[in-house]
Amino acid sequence: MHEMGIVYHVADEVEKIAAQNDICHIGSVTLQIGEVTGVIFDYMSDLWGWVSDKSSLLKGSRLLYEQIPAVTLCKSCGQRYSTVQSGRQCPHCGSWDTVLVQGNEYIIKQIEADS
Amino acid sequence: MDKVKIIEAKESLLADNDKDADRLREEMKQQGTYYVNLMSSPGSGKTSSLKQIIARMKDRFRIGVMEADIDSDVDARTIAASGVDAIQIHTGGMCHLDADMSRQGLSAIGSEKLDLVFLENVGNLVCPAEFDTGADLNVVILSVPEGDDKPLKYPLMFEKADAVLINKIDAMECFDFSLDQVKANIHLRKPSVPVFPVSAAAGEGFEAFCSWLSGQIQKQKEGTRQS
Repeated sequence: MHEMGIVYHVADEVEKIAAQNDICHIGSVTLQIGEVTGVIFDYMSDLWGWVSDKSSLLKGSRLLYEQIPAVTLCKSCGQRYSTVQSGRQCPHCGSWDTVLVQGNEYIIKQIEADS
Repeated sequence: MDKVKIIEAKESLLADNDKDADRLREEMKQQGTYYVNLMSSPGSGKTSSLKQIIARMKDRFRIGVMEADIDSDVDARTIAASGVDAIQIHTGGMCHLDADMSRQGLSAIGSEKLDLVFLENVGNLVCPAEFDTGADLNVVILSVPEGDDKPLKYPLMFEKADAVLINKIDAMECFDFSLDQVKANIHLRKPSVPVFPVSAAAGEGFEAFCSWLSGQIQKQKEGTRQS
């Protein structure tokens, strides 16, 4: 289960960031997740409940998210397009020489501390 | 909640793992251990291919194998029976290994005494591709019954591949599978990646792969000596 690994990573990172900033309790963690990472946020949110319950720092905290749209750049014609709509092939010139420029991110955007 | 404090973290989880993987790669290089990450779907023949590779390389290299699975140790036992060091890594339900788990495995197997370590990643064509394990090479196995269209369906896995083994070619007649088509599909994802047709059951085709792999190891050794 992919989401489980991500949730553990997030919890570990948040613990580190909290220690650096002298925070003893977290209210919420906001993630930015790319559109083509394939993760199902509802699963992450359920797992967060389970993982956060075991930590005094995270107990009762909420996991929130924002989606980063996937964008592909065509190296042949230089135009950008929506990866989800058109896939690997450029809809402008038909080239396959394309590269994903954004949409595969897992980012901890911000942490809200309530103490 | 009058004392809410917002911390703008902007911490990328993949970037963090990538950095850790780069550090691990450098440590392994300094120590003289070459590290290969083997990925495929379940049942494509990772363990049986490894046995063929080990049989052809164990006289020249001190080899270790790390078997990553959600549960059980059947693969580690199979590999240990072929006469090399093997350990089982349980991912505890997780579908992939990250650089940190990979580092723990390399330490547990005693990689400092080994020339070549294979990681048999969790059988899965999606998640393992996203997390850099710190390996020098990513080798992907695709077997004939899975179909020649898989590089189109699992793009990231084939984009990350440094070599692709096409296994079970002895069964090609029973399936609608074209070697030319699969090569074309793989090269759409990663142009010029070497493709090796093999049969682990019949022990065919591994000489070409082992000779290519030995060449890669040699190249790294020469690079380390020069730097």
